Amino acid sequence: MRAVLRAGALLAAGTLTAALAACGPVSGGGAASGDSGAKSVTVFAAASLKAPFTALAEQFEATHPGTTVTLSFAGSSDLATQITQGAPADVFASADIKNMAKVSGAALVEGSPRDFASNVLTIAVPPGNPAAIASFADLARPGVKTVVCAAQVPCGAAAKTVETETGTTLTPVSEESSVTDVLGKVISGEADAGLVYVTDVKTAGAKVREVPFAESAKAVNTYPIAALRRSRNKDLAAAFIAAVTGPEGRQLLRGAGFGAP
Amino acid sequence: MNRRRDSAYSGIPRWVLAIAAVGALFVLLPLAAMVVRVNWPQFIPLVTSEASLTALSLSLRTAAASTVLCVLFGVPLALVLARGDFPGQRLLRSFVLLPLVLPPVVGGIALLYAFGRQGLLGRGLEVAGIQIAFSTTAVVLAQTFVALPFLVVSLEGALRSAGGRYEAVAATLGARPTTVLRRVTLPLVLPGLASGAVLSFARSLGEFGATLTFAGSLPGVTRTLPLEIYLQRETDADAAVALSLLLVVVAVIVVGLSYRGPAPAGSGSGSARSPGSSGRLSP
Amino acid sequence: MTFTFDAALAARRFEVSLSLAPGETVAVLGPNGAGKSTLLAVIAGLLRPDTGRAEVNGRVLFELGAGVHTWTAPHRRGTALLAQDPLLFPHLSALENVAFGPRSGGVPKRQARETARHWLAEVDAADLAARRPGELSGGQAQRVAAARALAVNPEVLLLDEPLSALDIHAAPLLRRLLKRVLAGRRAIIVTHDVLDAYMLADRVIVMEDGRITEDGPTRDVLRRPRSRFAAGLAGLNLVPGTVTPAGIRSAEGLEFAGQHDAPLVAGQAGVAAFPPSAVSVFLSEAHGSPRNSFRVTVTDLEPHGDQIRVRAGELSADVTPAASADLGLAPGLAVYFVVKAAAVSIYPA
Repeated sequence: MRAVLRAGALLAAGTLTAALAACGPVSGGGAASGDSGAKSVTVFAAASLKAPFTALAEQFEATHPGTTVTLSFAGSSDLATQITQGAPADVFASADIKNMAKVSGAALVEGSPRDFASNVLTIAVPPGNPAAIASFADLARPGVKTVVCAAQVPCGAAAKTVETETGTTLTPVSEESSVTDVLGKVISGEADAGLVYVTDVKTAGAKVREVPFAESAKAVNTYPIAALRRSRNKDLAAAFIAAVTGPEGRQLLRGAGFGAP
Repeated sequence: MNRRRDSAYSGIPRWVLAIAAVGALFVLLPLAAMVVRVNWPQFIPLVTSEASLTALSLSLRTAAASTVLCVLFGVPLALVLARGDFPGQRLLRSFVLLPLVLPPVVGGIALLYAFGRQGLLGRGLEVAGIQIAFSTTAVVLAQTFVALPFLVVSLEGALRSAGGRYEAVAATLGARPTTVLRRVTLPLVLPGLASGAVLSFARSLGEFGATLTFAGSLPGVTRTLPLEIYLQRETDADAAVALSLLLVVVAVIVVGLSYRGPAPAGSGSGSARSPGSSGRLSP
Repeated sequence: MTFTFDAALAARRFEVSLSLAPGETVAVLGPNGAGKSTLLAVIAGLLRPDTGRAEVNGRVLFELGAGVHTWTAPHRRGTALLAQDPLLFPHLSALENVAFGPRSGGVPKRQARETARHWLAEVDAADLAARRPGELSGGQAQRVAAARALAVNPEVLLLDEPLSALDIHAAPLLRRLLKRVLAGRRAIIVTHDVLDAYMLADRVIVMEDGRITEDGPTRDVLRRPRSRFAAGLAGLNLVPGTVTPAGIRSAEGLEFAGQHDAPLVAGQAGVAAFPPSAVSVFLSEAHGSPRNSFRVTVTDLEPHGDQIRVRAGELSADVTPAASADLGLAPGLAVYFVVKAAAVSIYPA
């Protein structure tokens, strides 16, 4: 059965690839860089890392002339799935330990992952703070429309931990599948409050207000980074990881709201 | 009902058949690959978990409600578009059909600014004590928004091919416009209406983007089956695959019904035309 | 004059004025595009003229003009339409189709069905009551459609070429049936067929280019056509009489044998029809053909295209100018008209 499927898949894929080839470069083709002089490193990074990693990549390209850094941002779980399905990445920076474990569990990690940053939850409210939220306990007040992440995603797991630690039970109006969706609901004013990461509030700027709460320290999210085994540019991958964990990387991450690992 | 003609000349060149086969494979292979990937020993527990059943039941209920709304608004719209003659008709059609080509997330954003708390209508509704955001109503609105064009398109097509001659005859027999609509027009286009309703139901069932953007995601309230699949995918690939298969099966049943639907009804309307056409053909 | 009609529609170059007495049936003849169907559509209210006025029994159907704008919707006009295509509602049985009009008029279901049964019986279709339109032949469907139009008891019945879609077997039956039901009923029948006009109508109107070019009693128009269109149609010899086993016996005792599609019942009224071109003229009685040979007296000779039309009372024959000269034809001369039975059509009236 699988053999038949595979043959059919090859036929369909062959025809489609031929058709798509006319539309532009296929991503796999970019790997032929080693001997041409121009070097490149592909980094798969959690969506929350977009701002610091984009700036870091620019610095890296400047200090490593002739090098191109290709960045791909998405949810950590999506990225982990893509890597296990054979996506050509050199470096993986995850927003949690669990998704990194998926990749290292599949024996795709070179060496062992290094923790390079941490992130904590905070309360985001619309600029006027219509529900007058001042503490974590306020989120559980009747009539307050609170939006959180679903427990299946890292930010939701963190929220659950805080709930357990503080003995507060939230009755959210929605459990979103990504932290950006939570933020979106707060920005649009649909929700009175949302539990997001400190870094998200920084990115959103004036569109939301932050209401910090001390209990956030109960659930610290750790960000690990690792070079990948199938990488063809292991030196460059290691250099990029060094840049992330080095002083310039730290500074950029701190500027974006991340904490020390 | 068996209309197959075994010895009929089809006139399809072989190379067309070959390309058609690749096209069919392109659609079928991913589905087959998914079936292969299903964790069969765990399939039943996975699809009958409380979360799955809650999501499935919510999906079926909201899709049914959306279908009712689609029929309620779609039938008058299709009638106006098919039979009416007024300035701006083409423009109206373009706008009604827009959700067909719009990314659902755009639809969700648009709905948010109409019915959301800060939205155009939402603000008034909020004052009146009606809150749509994060409610099942929001899911139904999102589904109706994306599914309505399916009903309008298929019904308008049916109305156009039925033509207005039966209606004219009915009017000369003394039937008021409402009577004509109830006793002539609607029965004539019933197959088109049925298949339009089934397509709307199927589209509602599969709606994801607009719901996610506009309604949120809470078990039993707004988390429909596609949202549940999207979420399960984060942690439990087996559950996501099993639920996907469940959704595929439901969709296949629904679409299968719609394409079985028009066949007998289509032959019915064919015979409706046959007295006239056979009369015209005879010398 | 209880039905008056006067309307102009510039887009179709249509300008017609006519009136019908109670119980009068008028046939409208004319070439394609003459505006015949437009006339019916305007009367039925399916088409709006630019200006004009129509009224039936004192009720205004429309009055459009400077400062006046009265428009009665089609369903309030009492003008049922029977078209070439039966257009039976495919989802209703024959009975429900016929009951549709009375039901729409507010008659209770049971009573409407009774009316429907009555009219189905009138068109010899009582046994078709339960059938769906898809199960009816073209002729049966048109009979049911006729019953449906009659069941609303229209003040003006509009018939738009009701026979032209039927095959040669079904047409005579329906024509006979229409003759029966149209008797004493106000109706306007658009037709291509002179025979329809002759058999069904009291009066004939000829329309050309959106205008009425001739209007008069059927016989007069067909005998002495003034319009070119009517002249082209009117040559047909029509001999009314009584049906015999062989054909038709005229009031003068002449026997016409001919072809017929509908079964003939001896003793009933009928008509024999044949074109003048099928008639040969002889000075003496022809041998070997005892039938369809009549002694007549030439009353008139007139050119007809490149032929000479020989008139002898009600009958006419077309001969070549050479033959006419050879025979020495002149008014007052006694000759024999001979017509082949194959060229004569017999219609029960």
